[in-house]
Amino acid sequence: MPVAMPLSDEAVLGRRAEIVAALKRIVPGEGVIASEEAMRPYESDGLTAYRQLPMVVVLPETTEQVAAVLGYCHREGVKVVPRGAGTSLSGGALPLGDGVLLGMAKFNRIRTVDFDNRVAVVEPGVTNLAVTQAVEHAGFYYAPDPSSQIACTIGGNVAENSGGVHCLKYGVTTNNVLGCELVLISGEIVRLGGSHLDSAGYDLLGLVTGSEGLLGVVTEVTVRILKKPESARAALIGFATSEDGGECVARIIGAGIIPGGMEMMDGPAIRAAEEFVHAGYPLDVEALLIVELDGPRAEVDHLLDRVQEIARQCRAVTCRASGSEEERLLFWAGRKAAFPAVGRISPDYYCMDGTIPRAQLPLVLRRMREMSAKYGLRVANVFHAGDGNLHPLILYDANKPGELDRAEEFGADILRLCVEVGGVLTGEHGVGVEKRDLMPVMFSETDLSQQQRVKCAFDEHGLLNPGKVFPTLHRCAELGRMHVHAGGVAFPELPRF
Amino acid sequence: MVEDLKPRDSAEVEQTVRWALAGNKSLEVVGRGGKRAIGRAAQWDATLDLSGLSGVTLYEPEELVLSAQAGTPLAEIEALAAASGQQLAFEPMDYGPLLGAATAVGTIGGALSANLSGPRRIKAGAARDHFLGVSAVSGRGETFKSGGRVVKNVTGYDLCKLLAGSWGTLAVMTDVTIKTLPRAETEQTILVFGLDDAAAGKVMAAVMGSFADASAAAHLPAPLVTRFADVASTHGAVTAFRLEGVAPSVIHRKGVLEALIGPFGALGELGEAASRAFWRAIRDVEPFAAAGPGGERYVWRISTAPSRGAEVGRALAERAQAEILYDWAGGLVWAALPPADDAGASLVRSTLAATGGHATLIRAPAAVRAVVDVFQPEPAALAALTKRVRESFDPSGVLNAGRMWAGL
Repeated sequence: MPVAMPLSDEAVLGRRAEIVAALKRIVPGEGVIASEEAMRPYESDGLTAYRQLPMVVVLPETTEQVAAVLGYCHREGVKVVPRGAGTSLSGGALPLGDGVLLGMAKFNRIRTVDFDNRVAVVEPGVTNLAVTQAVEHAGFYYAPDPSSQIACTIGGNVAENSGGVHCLKYGVTTNNVLGCELVLISGEIVRLGGSHLDSAGYDLLGLVTGSEGLLGVVTEVTVRILKKPESARAALIGFATSEDGGECVARIIGAGIIPGGMEMMDGPAIRAAEEFVHAGYPLDVEALLIVELDGPRAEVDHLLDRVQEIARQCRAVTCRASGSEEERLLFWAGRKAAFPAVGRISPDYYCMDGTIPRAQLPLVLRRMREMSAKYGLRVANVFHAGDGNLHPLILYDANKPGELDRAEEFGADILRLCVEVGGVLTGEHGVGVEKRDLMPVMFSETDLSQQQRVKCAFDEHGLLNPGKVFPTLHRCAELGRMHVHAGGVAFPELPRF
Repeated sequence: MVEDLKPRDSAEVEQTVRWALAGNKSLEVVGRGGKRAIGRAAQWDATLDLSGLSGVTLYEPEELVLSAQAGTPLAEIEALAAASGQQLAFEPMDYGPLLGAATAVGTIGGALSANLSGPRRIKAGAARDHFLGVSAVSGRGETFKSGGRVVKNVTGYDLCKLLAGSWGTLAVMTDVTIKTLPRAETEQTILVFGLDDAAAGKVMAAVMGSFADASAAAHLPAPLVTRFADVASTHGAVTAFRLEGVAPSVIHRKGVLEALIGPFGALGELGEAASRAFWRAIRDVEPFAAAGPGGERYVWRISTAPSRGAEVGRALAERAQAEILYDWAGGLVWAALPPADDAGASLVRSTLAATGGHATLIRAPAAVRAVVDVFQPEPAALAALTKRVRESFDPSGVLNAGRMWAGL
């Protein structure tokens, strides 16, 4: 494993039997898993290159059990790694050998659906798609739709602030969550938000969303549900160059149109997808754009005409508007199958997740081609074009010595490039263990220290998901020290009134 | 003697905070001071005036991002965005009319610190939802940044969310990046007359769950209607819905909306210009303006579940003769109460204990704001967490100490 995790605490490991027994008293029955064989499914998440058996797996069923488990671990100095469905692509749920793996899968009920207030109260182990399924009979849906939505859970979505293909128009998780019940590592239970808007005091809900399981464990989530748009149509637009495609995206937004979805694929991704699902994608283009408009039919038709006009002005090689729901879904079929399609043309692939200012796309793609030649690895790109979130898929063969390492180095170079052009390390997959050591590319020591001080406010002893997000673990006491140097009468030059 | 310190750049802001730390002084952090009368009344040793940090540093309409120094006037940013057919979709309200302060003096830093929003809150979110990146000086005198200049980013904790609505108690923002969005091509407002508060709540819920896709829904009980020349009617109360978008869409949705609400009462409409003026007045709570007929009343801003809004309004109206304005489809209750020693706090808080939600005392004399909890009191575990979070940024209590909670 190339990423160093916190050293195992031998004293804790030496007390394993006692800890397991104590946890069994809190979560009776089959909720504590301690045999190596039964723990095997928990050794990894969606980032399968990293594997580690936990010390013990605990699957609580009630908030009180979660509070008791965390309180026990807090008192006894035992580390805890929370886990939803284990679909993280950044290793957010990678276990620790001396830690409790706290699986939230049994929190799988939808508690209430409230159409008057357009909210649903769900347990964190409910899958993303199940929320939509619970409300779609009334014409509602839950907007964030990460590609893993059939498996990933709302608790994990809150931890990672998950996005999806529709988030430019409808927002990511943080814009669609109104409240949660949160258990702190101390075992204390706090409620943040509710069915109302805005927080009473500090926006701790906004802070916890996207905190990657480092601040607390969510045991209930209140999400907004939206009326499903009346209709949707898509345009499939091919361009000879990524520059033309990028210009088209910019001009669509510049014209005041925020599409429900706007996805771009590069040549290798187009060809892999077409070979796999035969969606009718043109094979002679280097950039393919899917632009989806949703809303009332009159609006969709009106805007789709404008999008096609803009596409022609941007030298589109092909441009088709969906004439039926089947055709719209066919346009999407290739994009939605892009990852498995790439999986067919390569034994393994490594999915990256940076965001760039969109105008930098041609430069980034050009530099990526140069890196591809340097590392001797192919790369295919899918791109949430509206918000600049790029998913390069690096093709490699884990059975060839050195290829995984080269793929990881290639990936790190891509993310450094994203930051260099004004972007960020991760748009929706999270930092986890994967991008942890790249954090200093984007943040100074002071930036990271302030983030870690916030962590200390929630988890003084660093027991919740240590080894994720932050490249260096500092003790809270050390971070808390003040070094103030400002002598005498400061800055006489400062204007005073 | 309170000193006014007016740094010219972010380095001087850092120096100022370090100076305060070294001298054990507390700072009141202000942009251009328009919201100084909000919060607990407290004393500070010096004022840190950020109006010198002004100017838009980046605006890329096609990327939907704008960066500015924190003291940049909102009006300047909104004018710049409008010139590119864009806007701040969170529709930041102007507290000027309500507080009897100057209008249109707000800064972008102030808008974010107060997590401002407007009638579009229910569709487009508040300032927090459009706050992408920040550079700020903590109460430790250290400059840190969080977020970025792209619209989608999950790298590290989202400290922007934490700073939004923290009223300057965690850090002094110096540079911010926000999301801009296209302005709607046109807008229209449909009115339905004569509904009581409870019925209006139900109609608003039905509309918000329909294909009408309203971007605002408000209810004005009869006593307030006379304060709006454009909607004054012989039918008493007015319930209003705003439709925004491209013309074919607005026309279509108007039909959807009218079919839905027609059975509940007589309908009216406001064209584009009147609609804009109407929602600006709702946004700024003009019926309770300090210069208006209810100017001496104390004003609470209450956020609750939309279905509970009418219940909150009725309780406050019956038991404290409050005047009520409902926005956010009933989820935002503005309550103007006759003056009282505790500003009606015990009634407001006990009502919310039953319905859920939170209340902030926005307008009351300083003497009242010195003794009443202005912000919603928090349960013990949450209050302790809030205190630890504050201390993680400002362990010495330099920045706006005591503005949100006593002793913090």
